[in-house]
Amino acid sequence: MTAMTPRDTDLRVALFATCFNDTMWPEAPKATVRLLERLGVSVEFPMEQTCCGQMLTNTGYAGEAVPLVARFVDVFGDYDAVVAPSGSCVGSVREQHPMIARLSGDPGLASEVERVSPKVYELSEFLVDVLQVTDVGAFFPHRVTYHPTCHSLRMLRVGDRPLQLLRAVRGIDLVDLPGAEECCGFGGTFAMKNADVSVAMGTDKAQHVTDTGAEVLVAGDNSCLAHIGGILGRQRSGIRRMHLAEILASTQENPS
Amino acid sequence: MSIGPVQETSATFVGMPAFPEAAREALANTQQRTNLRNATHTIRAKRASVVAEVPEWEALRVAGAQSKDEALHHLGDYLEHLEASLVANGAVVHWARDADEANRIVIDIARSKEVDEVVKVKSMATQEIELNEALEAAGINAWETDLAELIVQLGHDRPSHILVPAIHRNRTEIRDIFIREMGKVGRPAPDDLTDDPAGLAEAARVHLREKFLRAKVAVSGANFAIADTGTLVVVESEGNGRMCLTLPETLISVVGIEKVLPTWEDLGPMLQLLPRSSTGERMNPYTTMWSGVHEGDGPQEVHVILLDNGRSHVLADSVGRQALRCIRCSACLNVCPVYERTGGHAYGSVYPGPIGAILNPQLRGTASEIDQSLPYASSLCGACFDACPVRINIPELLVQLRGTVAQQGGHRAESAAMKAAAWVLSDPKRLAVAQKGATTAGRLIGGRTIRSVPGLGAWTDARDLPTPPKETFRQWWVREHDGRDGDGQARGRADGIPGSEGGLPDSDGDER
Repeated sequence: MTAMTPRDTDLRVALFATCFNDTMWPEAPKATVRLLERLGVSVEFPMEQTCCGQMLTNTGYAGEAVPLVARFVDVFGDYDAVVAPSGSCVGSVREQHPMIARLSGDPGLASEVERVSPKVYELSEFLVDVLQVTDVGAFFPHRVTYHPTCHSLRMLRVGDRPLQLLRAVRGIDLVDLPGAEECCGFGGTFAMKNADVSVAMGTDKAQHVTDTGAEVLVAGDNSCLAHIGGILGRQRSGIRRMHLAEILASTQENPS
Repeated sequence: MSIGPVQETSATFVGMPAFPEAAREALANTQQRTNLRNATHTIRAKRASVVAEVPEWEALRVAGAQSKDEALHHLGDYLEHLEASLVANGAVVHWARDADEANRIVIDIARSKEVDEVVKVKSMATQEIELNEALEAAGINAWETDLAELIVQLGHDRPSHILVPAIHRNRTEIRDIFIREMGKVGRPAPDDLTDDPAGLAEAARVHLREKFLRAKVAVSGANFAIADTGTLVVVESEGNGRMCLTLPETLISVVGIEKVLPTWEDLGPMLQLLPRSSTGERMNPYTTMWSGVHEGDGPQEVHVILLDNGRSHVLADSVGRQALRCIRCSACLNVCPVYERTGGHAYGSVYPGPIGAILNPQLRGTASEIDQSLPYASSLCGACFDACPVRINIPELLVQLRGTVAQQGGHRAESAAMKAAAWVLSDPKRLAVAQKGATTAGRLIGGRTIRSVPGLGAWTDARDLPTPPKETFRQWWVREHDGRDGDGQARGRADGIPGSEGGLPDSDGDER
């Protein structure tokens, strides 16, 4: 497959940056925009967006997440597709928003969620399934290992889509991560509430990453990367952590 | 023969610390962590390989879940049918609302037989009701005959796993326990016992044989109870269960009411799902089925105690009831990254791991600190749901139970923080104000690594904190795209903060 040209799609596409990326890791949504524009997609960023509510729901405050779900369908309801550089937040939209809407007792909200949430894609899903492209014309001449995050893997079932995209990157030396499918231990507030277990899990994951000899750890979720990267950083390992979007956006002329 | 109490320490879990604290202690036990990692990874690989052999595995999972759901949706009918079938087969059926009632019934039967000991086949239900302790208090010794249960009992320990109760012990530890303890309660271990598995198994065999041949009363559980034939089923690997079920004159089976299956046909999928999920075997070595009393063959008196102990309460919850599908295979434990590192004791219950984290707070309620902590003892990675042979959506239930705990008040500081977060995140203006705080901090820090922040010790003790960026994505977008949003209209000011009226939320999250 080849890179797309602007006339290939007339979909109206919105970027859901996610509150965490927006605030703490803007490089991932920026790279998503650069990448999609390079592929001919004119991506829009509705300024009224905030958060999917996952942190609230997963900590037991689903009721508090209802206004966020209402806002989400309101902001994104008119787009043909919504793309987010986060498997976790997309998992929350597709799996948890229907539950939250049901709990809210508002049938209008429930039907809106049913209409909107299937149009929300994690980045690799959007590229491979909607744009039908695996070679995005990226260039990244480094040794890289990929951690498939739990929500991408088991909630969204993205399968090997991220790997298909990475394998097509020019110059990349992609190495397998041992125990790749095991959770890194981030788990949202789990990282704070059960910090000892979380760190034990993350330390094992960091060890596997180090064992690969990779220069760069890549994943589709900055939350997991912040956790594993925080441990690698404390160990002064020198291994960089990057979001999948940053590597796919990287080109010879404009390297990440 | 009179032997002193086996249990020096109570096996009861009451008074266990909440999960995070118990987990911290477990993590410090490096020998246990090594044992657990080796054991769970071995079983995990075996399970994955035998499950992959079955092309219709998903269809089997669905069939298993449907059988259990059918039974649960009409539980009253099937239980009455089971009772009638059992009685027709010559068994005596008892109903027990709770642990006390069930224990009282067992003790009364044992006393009527004038025995001071019973043999037991591994049974989760009797551990749940702490039958051994109740029997001990009544002057009756209960001898566990499952090899792993024997190790746990002789070690004055608690089970750490549903299927492999002594998973946290290695061979050398088992040898030491046998040498030290067997002689105190029966036939001693040979003096030259090594940690060779065959030798350990032989020592247990000789020790147990004496008890099998002597005991007049046996206590069992059941993996399944088939309503239309009145048949109880026990699935096991060693044959010790079959000795218990066939040798003594009186057999007392304590069976959770959720064990019922409607028909004989429903057993087929179960006998394929259970061994592959639990031990990673295509078929378990021993499947024993008994249907009441048969003259001259097996126990001549069979009692079946149908145990509720919180199950009908679980059944009343339309989402929560899927936990009652559980067939106690322990696949969820073996794939759980949290269980792998903490072992079972940290869960403070006979049901540890992911299934314990959803079953205990439902069976026992969420009044205690440990039961409030269990729904949070998971990173929600979803591996348990994928492994569950009867498709219990454990992550969904964990999230629901967290809601129950939070509604009870949760932790005050957390509740306030979550309500504040909800208030900030429900409005892009408020979010932008909060972001401005982060980016200001980012500018002040100037790209240096954050190694410690007061109040964030749980994160920064072992992890660097991400450094906030100098510019949020939103600010970048406005700068790069002239403030164009989805409608192509300029919105907000140049700093990306569309209005910046601040104000903190009050405790109800309303704007002051």
